[in-house]
Amino acid sequence: MSTLHTVNKSPFATNALKSCLDHVSDGDSILLIEDGVYGASNNSAMADMVKAKMKQISIIALKPDLDARGIDETRLLEGISTTDYAGFVEMAAKHDLNQAWL
Amino acid sequence: MSEVVKKFLYVNRKAPYGTIYALESLEVVLIGAAFDQDVSLAFLDDGVFQLTKGQDTKAIGVKNFSPTYRALGDYEVTKLYVEKQSLEERGLSEDDLQELVWEDEDDDWAEKPSIRIIDRKEMAALMADQDVVLSF
Repeated sequence: MSTLHTVNKSPFATNALKSCLDHVSDGDSILLIEDGVYGASNNSAMADMVKAKMKQISIIALKPDLDARGIDETRLLEGISTTDYAGFVEMAAKHDLNQAWL
Repeated sequence: MSEVVKKFLYVNRKAPYGTIYALESLEVVLIGAAFDQDVSLAFLDDGVFQLTKGQDTKAIGVKNFSPTYRALGDYEVTKLYVEKQSLEERGLSEDDLQELVWEDEDDDWAEKPSIRIIDRKEMAALMADQDVVLSF
């Protein structure tokens, strides 16, 4: 059993990302979308918490949302990969369960 | 015409695109600019994300309104206060923000920066010094 978690809120505005990170299981994936992609930026106050979880699960950010917010590779946290809308669909299909952290 | 000039502060605390607040604020600022008041804009918390450079919204199908901030100077909106601590918490520095300027007609149209980085204490003082505060 694996779950795809989506987070669509800025980690500086709500605790959605923190709560998600605190509740994931091994083998799960977190996909950061919409304002959630701010959680993928480096040098932020959230970076250490996100980095710590990457040993256990994969964290992916949606490229169109990164682009919209001006977050390029130089500002992306090391170890976070990106995907597009087609990849989003594939990930949703690949996991047994989807959970949205609104 | 009323000669009373009031101090207006627009407080921006939301990231762009995720909600409509940032765009709505910008629209109200542009409309309000017609009334010749003493206008300041404050950017704190996630509001600092509104001013980042390199925004490209083609793939999400939403209007990229970030270039509009560059037009504010032409509407005599020349004071954009950005909170230093909010930038730092988000891993940002002034270099990650757009360069926004205004032309000073009293100084031979010299281009001057619109963005002023201030700390939290100065932001509090700025807020306390207003006649009207509009929050977004």
